[in-house]
Amino acid sequence: MDKPFAITLDPGSSRANHTGSWRTSRPVYVDNLPPCNRACPAGENIQGWLFHAEAGAYEAAWRVLVRDNPFPAIMGRVCYHPCEGACNRGTLDEAVGINSVERFLGDEAIRRGWKFDPPAAASGKRVLVVGAGPSGLAAAYHLAMLGHRVTVREAGPLAGGMMRFGIPKYRLPRDVLDAEVRRILELGVELVLNSKVEDILAAMRQGGFDAAFLAVGAHIAKRAHIPAGDAARILDAVSLLRGLEGAEKPMLGRRVVVYGGGNTALDVARTARRLGATEALIVYRRTREKMPAHDFEVEEALQEGVMIKWLSTIRQAGAQGITLEKMVLDEKGFPQPTGELETIAADSVVLALGQDVDLSLLDKVPGLEIVDGVVKVGPDMMTRHPGLFAGGDMVPAERTVTVAAGHGKKAARHIDAWLRGTVYAPPAKHADATFERLNPWYYSDAPKTVRPTLDLIRRQSTFDEVQGALDEGNALFEARRCLSCGNCFECDNCYGVCPDGAVVKLGPGERYRFDYDYCKGCGICASECPCGAISMIPEEI
Amino acid sequence: MHQPIKFYQTGTHTVGNRLLKPEQRTVQSDRSRSNSLNCGHRACQGCGEALGARYAIDAAMSAARRQLVAANATGCLEVFSTPYPESSWQIPWIHSLFGNAAAVATGMAAAMKVKNRGDVRVVAQGGDGGTTDIGFGCLSGMFERNDDVLYICYDNEAYMNTGVQRSSATPPAARTATTAAVGDAPGNVFGQGKDLPAIAMAHGIPYVATATVADLHDLEDKVAKAIAIRGAKYIHIFVPCPLGWGAAAHDTIRLARLAKETGLFPVFEAEQGEVTGILKIRRKLPVEEYLKPQRRFAHLFAPTPRPEIIARIQAIADRNIRRYGLLDEGAR
Repeated sequence: MDKPFAITLDPGSSRANHTGSWRTSRPVYVDNLPPCNRACPAGENIQGWLFHAEAGAYEAAWRVLVRDNPFPAIMGRVCYHPCEGACNRGTLDEAVGINSVERFLGDEAIRRGWKFDPPAAASGKRVLVVGAGPSGLAAAYHLAMLGHRVTVREAGPLAGGMMRFGIPKYRLPRDVLDAEVRRILELGVELVLNSKVEDILAAMRQGGFDAAFLAVGAHIAKRAHIPAGDAARILDAVSLLRGLEGAEKPMLGRRVVVYGGGNTALDVARTARRLGATEALIVYRRTREKMPAHDFEVEEALQEGVMIKWLSTIRQAGAQGITLEKMVLDEKGFPQPTGELETIAADSVVLALGQDVDLSLLDKVPGLEIVDGVVKVGPDMMTRHPGLFAGGDMVPAERTVTVAAGHGKKAARHIDAWLRGTVYAPPAKHADATFERLNPWYYSDAPKTVRPTLDLIRRQSTFDEVQGALDEGNALFEARRCLSCGNCFECDNCYGVCPDGAVVKLGPGERYRFDYDYCKGCGICASECPCGAISMIPEEI
Repeated sequence: MHQPIKFYQTGTHTVGNRLLKPEQRTVQSDRSRSNSLNCGHRACQGCGEALGARYAIDAAMSAARRQLVAANATGCLEVFSTPYPESSWQIPWIHSLFGNAAAVATGMAAAMKVKNRGDVRVVAQGGDGGTTDIGFGCLSGMFERNDDVLYICYDNEAYMNTGVQRSSATPPAARTATTAAVGDAPGNVFGQGKDLPAIAMAHGIPYVATATVADLHDLEDKVAKAIAIRGAKYIHIFVPCPLGWGAAAHDTIRLARLAKETGLFPVFEAEQGEVTGILKIRRKLPVEEYLKPQRRFAHLFAPTPRPEIIARIQAIADRNIRRYGLLDEGAR
């Protein structure tokens, strides 16, 4: 006993006292599914790429983005961004401008010449893709990345499908489209233009293909019967928009009437203004609320001087003009004729009543199920014919570029599995990252950055792009508005707020670990986690 | 629209932020923080005092380049950190009596001076009982002599480790073991108690500050500032007590935030007796938001609601807001 007076024990550390035994519930780190990711038709990991963009690591952000979608610059222009509609920040102030950051990343990639990562080792398998639209090209990209040899056959003279022949230049400049298509072809994808596939099974046999992905767009305009005199000039929207890609601009005259209420009708009316029409009038048989076109497109069209006549149909077209009939909505919301007529002057009438797909290449394939002009596919995107997959406008789904690109990705994964003789099992979806799980106190207040819009006068006379881009400064600002819902962004809150020092910080990119020897289960970490990435789980006692 | 990129997603609200420059980050976010109060201490689940003590002493260690000694008053902090022969403290640390922490620290500062160890900084710390009641005489003496000590009070508004008895820092209407909620004037009485930050300021000492465990950047800045100043310093840290207040263990930081956002606990700093800085209310809230989650105020809401008592508590908050200018012009 050589201890000081009244001291009988050696000093010890309180670390000998494992307070974790007090716990009745334990914190665990989770990765929940952010609403943006859940809403994205192309299955992009939006929160994942915003995480890199927030730090200014744009190339890393772009690389995460293109794992799911090879068209960021196109998406940043033509996607209707359901992600922003779902964004939790919308509950706080305004949704994060995901679409504008995506466009910034896409443009940055083109400007800096970023290339895709090298594809996986060659599989020795060959896949035929029919149609070089968003769905076909996306499938070609994903299949090439997975190591397969891909040939894309396109009936038209140029790649892009509806992105080129349906979407006007003022929404999607063609140099942007060309750049993103070229990057896919640089992976070794073979593109054969002006090469319509008449019989898919014969084409596969002749080319020695192991599988095929069909992505034929809806290029046939639906017609409505309108009694018309010889002098009446009646066109359809598809051929009009397609004609814009040629050398000679279509002749529409000064007064143009567009019949229909979808986004295509608006595209045509806005195009007509740019071609010199003094009057562009949309005739639609229902009300604005019932119009399938997106609100912002209606707004932009109205700003450009497009007029819209609601609750009207075209009864007849002749040299003197066209006769409209007023409609009323019945109690079920369907338009019914009233017999009230009105005649207006018009130099041409453009029908934008929807489009059909040319399915003639499938005529000799037995056993397919075709409903309402589209091909039924299973959850794996395969038709009833083994090895024949389909997506985009050809299958029952919403017809947007993003949905099409999503089909391409999904089909590619299933084709890959099919070629390898396995079944692709998508990973289980994480639980939703709801707004209620966030602790919004921790986020700084920051209003949304608005993209610049082209001057109105130039929007009425040129095909220059209407919506401008964010610059690096405000793209970074916008990316940093992301709340990182449900996924740790390493804010150190859990590490700091634990009264028991029971959180271990593992370093940048490595996140944290709980030390259950000392965690008493108070739950402060879970309450104070800004993004809801910690859940409390009852202990089994 | 042009705006400089000053927005860092969570700014300085969170403990760390990978987008901030390293020098703008907190001591707590650093993996090499000193963890002055180590794991295995026996504080209750969600203890605000354990959290506040690690925040403050780690910050002091960082500011003093780890040349720090501490004296501790009797109280929860002493009891839960040092059951003989174990200690959670990873700094030289002494406990003497309930009421003499300030005097012991004075002696330590004098000893360091004699030994020509001016680089060693001295901290004294205690709860609100050891500070506002039992140790008040020694503390006032330390202020009056302007001894080179930083005194930190962790205020959880009652004597907690002995069973939640009222202290002179217990707020009006709060139920404690000695202020039972019976009769017409339930809970602690109005109009008493000691406003120790104001009393410290009245001594004209170089530095006085208040802080909460809900705003780490602010707390660390104040500790670092105090360590850099020679003479007597006083920091009063608001630390919720889940057990004594009848609150959920996970609500500790939330309650501290609500105390500040309602105006019930003004967060400010003062030099030589003059207020020099205010932490403004970010989102003003009525006092009910703060009172409701705590069972010590449950008798104000049920079985008979006592709006007149809540109104008096709101008046205290409103007075703080006026007195310290806690609201920005135009803030809601």
